Amino acid sequence: MLIAILSFAALALILGLVLGFAAIYFKVEGDPVVEQIDKLLPQTQCGQCSFAGCRPYAEAIAANEVDINRCPPGGEATIHALADLLDREPVELDEECGVEAITTLAVIDEERCIGCTLCIQACPVDAILGAAKQMHTVISDECTGCDLCLEPCPVDCIDMVAEPLSTQNWGWQNPVLSQEPVP
Amino acid sequence: MKYPHDTFPGGLKLAGHKAISNQQTIQEAPLSKHFVLPLHQHIGEASLPNVEVGDKVLKGQKIASAQDYVSVPLHAPTSGTIIDISEQPIPHPSGLSAPCITLEADGKDEWINLDPVADFTTLSEHEIRQRIRDAGIVGLGGAGFPSFIKLNPHTHHHVETLIINGIECEPYITCDDMLMRERADKIIAGIVIIRRALRVKQCIIAIEDNKPEAATAMQQAIENRSDIGDTDVMVIPTRYPAGSEKQLVQAVTGKTVPSGGLPLDVSIVCHNVGTCYAIAQAIFHGEPLISRIVTVTGEAVDKPRNFETLIGTPINLLLEHCGSKLSEDDHLIMGGPMMGFELLRYDLPVIKTCNCVLTRISSSKPKPQPLPCIRCGDCAVACPVSLLPQQLYWYTRANDLEKARDYNLFDCIECGCCSYVCPSEIPLVQYFRYAKTEAMTIEAEKRKSEHARDRYDTRLARIALEKEEKAERQRQRKAALAASKKAAEAEKQAEQQDTPT
Repeated sequence: MLIAILSFAALALILGLVLGFAAIYFKVEGDPVVEQIDKLLPQTQCGQCSFAGCRPYAEAIAANEVDINRCPPGGEATIHALADLLDREPVELDEECGVEAITTLAVIDEERCIGCTLCIQACPVDAILGAAKQMHTVISDECTGCDLCLEPCPVDCIDMVAEPLSTQNWGWQNPVLSQEPVP
Repeated sequence: MKYPHDTFPGGLKLAGHKAISNQQTIQEAPLSKHFVLPLHQHIGEASLPNVEVGDKVLKGQKIASAQDYVSVPLHAPTSGTIIDISEQPIPHPSGLSAPCITLEADGKDEWINLDPVADFTTLSEHEIRQRIRDAGIVGLGGAGFPSFIKLNPHTHHHVETLIINGIECEPYITCDDMLMRERADKIIAGIVIIRRALRVKQCIIAIEDNKPEAATAMQQAIENRSDIGDTDVMVIPTRYPAGSEKQLVQAVTGKTVPSGGLPLDVSIVCHNVGTCYAIAQAIFHGEPLISRIVTVTGEAVDKPRNFETLIGTPINLLLEHCGSKLSEDDHLIMGGPMMGFELLRYDLPVIKTCNCVLTRISSSKPKPQPLPCIRCGDCAVACPVSLLPQQLYWYTRANDLEKARDYNLFDCIECGCCSYVCPSEIPLVQYFRYAKTEAMTIEAEKRKSEHARDRYDTRLARIALEKEEKAERQRQRKAALAASKKAAEAEKQAEQQDTPT
């Protein structure tokens, strides 16, 4: 009896020490759930979710403070992906945040630009190039279409335009759309 | 040469319809007044124009250069004036426009000074590849991959076998057939050059058994040439899609190209017979790729035949020359009936990858509406890549592209065998084409968002750093101010002490 108690006590002590060491030595840096959520967000950094960027929103979702339906650029696909990841029910996109729209790119009308640099400061991904009293331009490959540069522009010289369709970004149409539904 | 028994699975035995267009010899296409030359006729980056509107060019002159490694230059098909560099409609399944150079012919057809090589053995492998690249040669079988890259195996790959693709498995098309019948010597000369560039020991010319004349001509040409080495003609049974690269490798050698891999992974390189011919022209005559053989065939032309056509020639010129009976409702297809795509207008130019212009009279029967899948499994039997088309179909319909990828969606060669055999007339291959482009778009978006995150994080880090530096500067300024104040005070005190009261 005594031997059994002692041996189990010893075993518990050893395993406890092992677990204790593991907790210290193999500590996971950061919150992996936040990382995973952040990966699913479209990274437009547009702030339509009322947070200051994709990562803060991801942190809020991880902390269960907000719902997963506040990202218009990601739309339904992002909601479904988040629902899958977090094992929640998919919900409709929150209309307060905006509606799902096609991705657009900012284009500066260079005739009207006065070189105030306000849009450069607003751009979350440094996609606008220019200097004070010099004409600005958008690096279209880097633009995420977040609309954040529109508001600060004092002369309204920025337009959001849809990316033109070319043979490079064209894709085959889903046959489901061109057919009558299969029963 | 003996044909091995283990070959690719599935496939179809299709009616050839080859005799419609292979009864006539190859003819020169008439010289057009205008040539529209798309800058992107190959896989890779588009070429970059090096001429301006108004420039006079000679036949064979380079008018656009390669922009990247995977890219080739473009040459003027005849002498004349550049009249436009702009977006023009091109032959593409989308029916969209793309940047093109438009050339107005002066009718003289005057060649630029050519630089032929009499004895190609004086060229190094690198020089051979460079000449082939400068000649703008791409795979003429259909995909249009720059050929010089396929002549440059990496150091860790040893190429054992060169397979020359003379299969031409799609119905109606006869351009390779006619080329082999009439110009076998030139094709063999091209093969000799490829053999040298790749340093291969063995070469197999694969031809389907529905082209006995071509096989005989090629065999004869091999016997006529002494420096050809170990080269054989292999006649293989006609079965679609034996001409597809991976299926060809399997049919000829019995080896399977791994999923997502290239024939190079099993020490094999494949080239089309048309490409071999173009390579011979480029080395022995110095001529760049400015023409190709195009089959004009189908029900809606009176005189179907093959044309040696300058790149950029409008298709309707060829149609007129063949006695076209096409009306508004009929179909014009570029390529074969299985893998070709419909052209929405007749004035599109012939491009480097255009092997056939197929005309079809529209049937009075309406297109059948697809019926539900009955899970008969015929598609899986027909698939030459051993995929499970019905599983892929369900996943694609449910937009579950992840799952479709797990079922090797990207190994689909879009041959259309599954759609052909489907008793419910489900356009399966259309689903897979859609799923492939959609999956690639999603992946591109993912890459873009990752890139955006990096830039966002870098920006935040930069702003934080700037703030810190500003604070640091302020602190330093304050410290300096304090120090100078202190110094001034100390001086004052010292002065006060020095002066006696």
